[in-house]
Amino acid sequence: MSATASSINKASQSGGKGKRQMDKLLLQILGYVVITILAVFCFIPFLLVVSSSFSDEQSIIEEGFKLIPTSFSTEAYSLLFKYPEQMLKAYGVTIAVTVIGTVLGLFLTSMTAYVLQRKDFKWRNQFSFFFFFTTLFSGGLVPWYLMITKYLNMGDTLLVLILPMLLNVFYIIVMKSFMNSIPEAITESAKIDGAGDFRIFIQLILPLAKPALATIGLFIALAYWNDWYNALLFIQNENLMPLQYYLYKMLGNMDGMRKAMMQSGAVVNMALPTESLKMAMTLVATGPILLAYPFIQRYFVQGLTIGAVKG
Amino acid sequence: MNRSGFWGEVKKNRALLLMLTPAVLFFLLFAYVPMAGIVLAFKQYNHTGGIFGSPWNGLDNFKFFFESGNAWLVTRNTVLYNIAFIVVNNVLQITVAILLFEVAGKWFRKIAQTVMFLPYFISWVVVGAIAYNLFNFDVGTINSILTTFGMEPIDIYNTPGYWPVILVLVAAWKSLGYGSVMYLAAITSIDTEMYEAAEIDGANIFQRIWKITIPNLIPTIIILVLLAIGNIFRGDFGMFYNMVGNNGLLFSATDVIDTFVFRTLISSNDIGMSAAAGFYQSILGFATILIANYAVRKYDKDHALF
Repeated sequence: MSATASSINKASQSGGKGKRQMDKLLLQILGYVVITILAVFCFIPFLLVVSSSFSDEQSIIEEGFKLIPTSFSTEAYSLLFKYPEQMLKAYGVTIAVTVIGTVLGLFLTSMTAYVLQRKDFKWRNQFSFFFFFTTLFSGGLVPWYLMITKYLNMGDTLLVLILPMLLNVFYIIVMKSFMNSIPEAITESAKIDGAGDFRIFIQLILPLAKPALATIGLFIALAYWNDWYNALLFIQNENLMPLQYYLYKMLGNMDGMRKAMMQSGAVVNMALPTESLKMAMTLVATGPILLAYPFIQRYFVQGLTIGAVKG
Repeated sequence: MNRSGFWGEVKKNRALLLMLTPAVLFFLLFAYVPMAGIVLAFKQYNHTGGIFGSPWNGLDNFKFFFESGNAWLVTRNTVLYNIAFIVVNNVLQITVAILLFEVAGKWFRKIAQTVMFLPYFISWVVVGAIAYNLFNFDVGTINSILTTFGMEPIDIYNTPGYWPVILVLVAAWKSLGYGSVMYLAAITSIDTEMYEAAEIDGANIFQRIWKITIPNLIPTIIILVLLAIGNIFRGDFGMFYNMVGNNGLLFSATDVIDTFVFRTLISSNDIGMSAAAGFYQSILGFATILIANYAVRKYDKDHALF
C-alpha cells in the first residue's frame, strides 16, 4: 500500500509534495512514540508480577514491590512446588473443564450455526431471533442462580463449571456468518446423493469450517480457563475449585494457604513469604496462557477480523 | 399422508430440528426460564415455594431497594463508568488502530499488537493481583516509587477519589489490544483506491485520515457503541469485584448494580431485594437497547442491530 502511494507521489510532482512528506514523517514519529509508550504500559504490570515473585520477602516488606528486585530469591516458588497438591488439583479441574467445555461447546455452536444458515430451513429466522433475544433481555442474576442451584441442583458439581457457559450467542453468529461463505452447492449435492443433514454437517461442513473452529474454539477455551465467577457462585468443595478461583481465594486469604500447606505436611509455625508467594501463584496460574499466547494470538486476531468484516 | 402444513414442515426438517434441540434446550434452561423467573421481584421468596410458588408481595422489594438509598448510587456509578469506558476505550482504540495502520514497520506493528493484546488474555483475578501489587499501601509498587523519591505514600484502597481514574485506566488497559485489532481490521478493509485518489487530489495524510479513514469506520463504531449502550446498565462484575472486592470504604465510588445484586444475594441472602434490583436493571437495559437501536435505525437503516 505504501509502495503504491509513494510511487504516485513521485509521479505527481506537485508543489505540496514536500509538505506532505513532512506530514507523513510527523505521523510516523507520533505513531512510533505513542504506540511504544502504550505497549510498554501494557507490558510493565506483567514484569512487575514476575520480578515481585522472584523478590526476597524481607526486601519486599522493607521497600515494597519493585520493577527490578533488590535481592533475588526463589523461595516463593520452591515453597509452591514443595506442597503443590492443592494447586495441582485446581489445575486438574481447570484443564478438565476447559477441554470438555471447549469440545462440547464448539460442537454445539457449529451445529447450531449450520442449521441457522441453511437457506432451505423455513424457520431459521425465528430460531435466530429466539437465540438473539437472550442477548437483549435477561432475568438477571437471581432467577438464573436459583435455576442452577435449586431446580437443576448443580451446586458443587463439575457440571456447573461447564454447562452454564456452554453456548454464547455471539459465537453462534460469528460461526454462522463464516459458514455463509461455504458454497450452498456442497449441501445441495450431498443431499441429492442421499446424505442426511447431520452427516453433511459432520463430514463436509466441519472440515471446511476449520479456521472458524480454531478461532472460536480458542475464545471458548480462554473463557473456561479464566472463569472464576461460576466457582464463586456455585462451588464450596475445595476439590472442585478451578485455578483462577483458587488464586482468588489465596490472594484474599493467606491463612487458608497456610492451612492447606499444613495439611500437606508443611512446618506448622513457618512464616510464609506471603507477598512474593501471592505473585508467584499469580504467575503459575497465568503461566500456560502466557506460554501459549505467542502461538495462539493470531487466531484471535483472525477471529476478530471475521467478526468485524461480517458484522 | 399430510405432507404439507406445519407438521409436514416438521417432518421434512426433523434432522435439522433435532440438531437445534440442544441449543434450544440450553437457552430455555439458562435464559428463558430465568426470564420468567423475573416475577420473583414481586414475591416474598421462600425456599419451599421456589420461584413460582412463593407468595406475591407487590412492590415491597422495590420499596426496600429504593429506600435503602443504594438504587440511585449504584445506577449513577454503573452508567457513568460505562459512559467513560465507551468514550475512552473507543477513542483510544481508534487512535491506536489508525497509528498502527500508518506506521510503516511491519515487525514493529506485529510486536506492538501482540504486546497490547496480552492484557485481554488474563482473568480478572490476575488483574486484581496486579492491582494489589501496584496499589497496596505497605508494599505496593506505587508507594515504593513515591517513598524512593521522598514523597508520602498514598492510601489508595481507603480513598474512593482515586478509583474512577483507576477503573477507567484498567478498563482501557484490558481492552486496548482487542479493540484496536478490531478497528484495524475495519481500516484494512477500506478500499485503498480511495486513499490513492485522495493523494492525487493533494490531500495530506491528516485530511486523509479525517475524511476517509474515520468516516469509513463509522459503521463499525456504531455497532460497537450500540452493543455497549445496550449494556450501559450492566457493570462488569469481574472487574469491579476483583479490583475492589468487599471493601465497603470504596463503595461510594465503585459500587455498581451488578456488585450490589451479588452482595445482596450472596452475603445478605436477601433474594427479594436482589431480584428487584435485577429486574430494574433488566428493564432499563432492554428499554435502552430498543431506544438506541430505534435511533440508529431512523438515522440509517443499514447500521441498526435489528
